[in-house]
Amino acid sequence: MWLWLLRRLGQIVPTLLILSVLIFALQQLMPGDPALIMAGEERGDPQVLAEIRAELRLDRPLWEQYGAWLWRLLHGDLGFSWRIRQPVASLILEKLPVTLQLGTMAFAIAIAIGVPAGIVSAAFRDRPADWLANGVALAGISTPNFWLGIMMILLFSVELGWLPPSGYVPLTEDPWQSLATTIMPAFVLGTGIAGVFMRHTRAAMIGALGQDYVRTARAKGLPERAVVGRHALRNALIPVVTLATIELGRLLAGAVLTEQIFSIPGFGKLIVDAVFNRDYPVVQGVVVVTALIFVALSLIGDLLYMAVNPRLRAA
Amino acid sequence: MSAGHPPRAAAPAAVPRADSPGRRALRRFLRHRLAVLGLAVVVLFVLAAILAPWIAPYDPIATSWSRIRRPPSELHLFGTDENGRDVLSRVLWGARASLMAGALSVTAALLLGVPFGLLAGLSGGWVDTVISRVTDAMLSVPFLILAIALAAFLGPALENAMLAIAISASPIFVRLARGMAMEARVTEWVEAARSLGNPPWRIALVHVLPNIVPPLLVQATLAIAEAIIAEASLSFLGLGQQPPNPSWGSMLNAAQRFLTQAPWMAIYPGVAIFLVVLAFNLLGDGLRDALDPRARGR
Repeated sequence: MWLWLLRRLGQIVPTLLILSVLIFALQQLMPGDPALIMAGEERGDPQVLAEIRAELRLDRPLWEQYGAWLWRLLHGDLGFSWRIRQPVASLILEKLPVTLQLGTMAFAIAIAIGVPAGIVSAAFRDRPADWLANGVALAGISTPNFWLGIMMILLFSVELGWLPPSGYVPLTEDPWQSLATTIMPAFVLGTGIAGVFMRHTRAAMIGALGQDYVRTARAKGLPERAVVGRHALRNALIPVVTLATIELGRLLAGAVLTEQIFSIPGFGKLIVDAVFNRDYPVVQGVVVVTALIFVALSLIGDLLYMAVNPRLRAA
Repeated sequence: MSAGHPPRAAAPAAVPRADSPGRRALRRFLRHRLAVLGLAVVVLFVLAAILAPWIAPYDPIATSWSRIRRPPSELHLFGTDENGRDVLSRVLWGARASLMAGALSVTAALLLGVPFGLLAGLSGGWVDTVISRVTDAMLSVPFLILAIALAAFLGPALENAMLAIAISASPIFVRLARGMAMEARVTEWVEAARSLGNPPWRIALVHVLPNIVPPLLVQATLAIAEAIIAEASLSFLGLGQQPPNPSWGSMLNAAQRFLTQAPWMAIYPGVAIFLVVLAFNLLGDGLRDALDPRARGR
């Protein structure tokens, strides 16, 4: 198992290095002088331009620019936002907890809807309950979540006036109000991946229900509830656990537009604002952090998979 | 199953192989009523996009001060927007941006991803290692965030958005093509082709590629659905289609500011995205059942 872990880590390092080259290369896509573009409205200020040129080493060859950039990255320096006049790393750290709260709620909603729907769907395969669950899942996957957000604001805020249409109250300030401001965006995000969970759970359950031990359980006269709930479900959840961590990473992408719609000052809104303001160091920094989170999550997923599947531990 | 029996007795003599794999796949596909419905909706949207100049009741970018934010009526079935433009006409023209973005960016992603995938899968060794690590690196950034970052650095334009989506979607095809090529490499027919002295590129193009077309086609159909959502998202953020040209994403962006006064501005473009994405997803699921017998029963 340790050997496996070592090999897995050995795979991650080159992947991250290549990723850093790719993210650095984004700068090269910019048309024109990067210093001028990065300075944005400060472009008239020669001191700012000189500072940017010095920081990015624009007068040096490309490989040296990359080396300097990577060196700072390894020290946790993600660059400087000339627009907000703050280091990118501290900006991201400031926004991440908001998205974390939203993501956790969304994840809970997705599991609460997706997993039971998948179980029911597999247990009643090719019957109306299965068709219904599949239909709803497909509709959920096909709905652009920013549009669902707009429609929910229209219904619950504009028409019914039950929930605030936008804004955010921190959990520490007023938990109740915090919940009211995040429940709609969390629902939008959660339903986006609930359909994926339902499909995974259904496929895994159908696989498990065809196994010999399930036939044995049925043959010895166990009630169907016990067969499905105890014998099949426990084994079916193994692949679902791994996939869940990957979906958690995908929530970050979903958060981008959802936070924009509901004006929630999180990680996703940060990248959108950065895009609007042409604040390139922030865009780059967000991509770096997202990738790190994603890689970490997939590693955690693999470890969890080993933890719940003893057969792999011996290998 | 009932309608699917091969019409053996009725098969005309002019068709020697009534049960060719293609025909069998076609029959399996047609049995999927939902997939056929998906295909019909896709065709409908494609027709709307092509015929937009003739069937749109109004000019999609002509503003009218006297008709600002009119609710749906007989004159304007979907109402008008904040500049007095006809929403129905803009939805019809917007189909062009969406479908073009979906089709072109996925085609580009295929052209980009499949050769690299074949190369990695057939050659193995360090070539495979390098290509696989680059693919892993790209896949470790969520699709939409990668597309947004690329589009942001390339600059706001529909072409750049399509390029960004194409690049972000390509690693999936690299991985798929690589896996299939590795499987094909050890089969007898590739072995036979190699022993006959065929050069590697010929083996890749003539012997491997045709065999991996079905799964690629399935994945491409599902990728179009994702690309259409991505284009709408980028346009919603102002990174895709530029005003005043219509696109469903940018229409929704404008609509968000007038949600209380003109909800119809938000409803119809969103319904259009939903329907076309749903149709491509249904089509993709149906194609998978028809073309990829191993994946059936899922």
